[in-house]
Amino acid sequence: MTKTPGTPKVASLNDLLSVAYQIEIDAVERYNLLADQMETHNNPELVKVFRDLARAEGIHGEEIRRLAGDFDVVTRARQIANFERGESPEEAELGSAHYMMTPWHALQLSLAGEKRALAYFTSIVETAKDPKVKTMAAELVEEEAEHVNLVHRLLRRYPKPSVTWADDMDPPVSQE
Amino acid sequence: MSSVETRLATKPADYKSDVKPIWCPGCGDYHVLMSFTRAFAQLGLPPEQIVVVSGIGCSSRIPAYTNCYGFHGVHGRSLAIAAGLKVTRPDLTVVVASGDGDGYSIGGNHFLHACRRNIDMTYVVMDNHIYGMTKGQPSPTTEPEFDTALSPGGTGVRPFHPLVVALASGANFIARCFSGEPNETADVLAEAIKHPGFSFVEILSPCVTFRPDEKAWKEQVHPASVGPTADQGKAARRLMTDDGFNIGILYRGNRAPFQPAVGASDTDLSQLEKGFEL
Repeated sequence: MTKTPGTPKVASLNDLLSVAYQIEIDAVERYNLLADQMETHNNPELVKVFRDLARAEGIHGEEIRRLAGDFDVVTRARQIANFERGESPEEAELGSAHYMMTPWHALQLSLAGEKRALAYFTSIVETAKDPKVKTMAAELVEEEAEHVNLVHRLLRRYPKPSVTWADDMDPPVSQE
Repeated sequence: MSSVETRLATKPADYKSDVKPIWCPGCGDYHVLMSFTRAFAQLGLPPEQIVVVSGIGCSSRIPAYTNCYGFHGVHGRSLAIAAGLKVTRPDLTVVVASGDGDGYSIGGNHFLHACRRNIDMTYVVMDNHIYGMTKGQPSPTTEPEFDTALSPGGTGVRPFHPLVVALASGANFIARCFSGEPNETADVLAEAIKHPGFSFVEILSPCVTFRPDEKAWKEQVHPASVGPTADQGKAARRLMTDDGFNIGILYRGNRAPFQPAVGASDTDLSQLEKGFEL
């Protein structure tokens, strides 16, 4: 059973902004949860990566909120941003976390999320009838495409780790 | 207030506490916590009307991570605590959290009799087929050939079949979920909570540290091909022959819950104590 982007009904520009806002906020919450996990398991490098990602998504969320002006995207998002299967598109896969994961792994999670968001907004561009919704969705597609490129650029700094990345000299199995 | 507004009165975050979970990164129990809070929000239950009771183990840490009342009990005894609570406070929603070690081994006897009594509460067992907190010993649901340091070559012992045992013992609602599908699990939990009597929900929740092979469960689970039955015979055949990855509500019985009249046998405790005076 693979995770697929959900399809909340977007009937207006405000609906679209509300859903887009919720997507960013969900991503913030997820990255912070992962950062907390890494804090607990003493992986400070990953704490920083996840906190940075959370901060970046939070900034996007606030930008979307500003775009909505006086409209209450928080309340509207709560009403309509119900994704069909599991979670909103940009939320990183919780099940893929590992206490010894590296920045490369974190960025792979981020890349997958950005791609899901890109697919979601692309589907809105393709199906929206309201020209305002279509235009804004196209802008969001552009933004998500830029995020995908950004993550690719960041990945150049962190090459894929060797296959032994999860080898622990002091493994949790104590029964040996 | 319309039903939509009622549903929106609470959101999953309202049920989360400020305590940060300390499960291993990648643990399925993070998703189960999410499913708990989503189910509570879906039902619009006030946090102060819910009690989450648990025993001992990784899964049993869950009450601390919710904003509801909680009781982190002793090993295997969560159902006994919960039963006492529910019969005296039937107005509360009682949800019990356990794992396969706590629930099927140490608390195995309580499991049988909780099913038999059919008190209106929901029993959630996060099954990862291993004792995780105590570092990887085989549990009652561990496969016989699973090799561990404490059981070289495997235990060779047939695994416990909790759903069949629950049905035979009288549970009134039986479901299996997968932690990696938190929304679907939340929906099943909400149904389990609403269903009168003892509801048993087994959640396959991978232990990524001691059972990394369980990451494959994501590809192995599949929705139940038919809806729930109220026929115990059909349910028995279904549960005995399924592959262990059949997800959904599998049995929905109609047995009346056990609920003694509250206050009917109220006795002054000091009078009782007098009876034991030497």
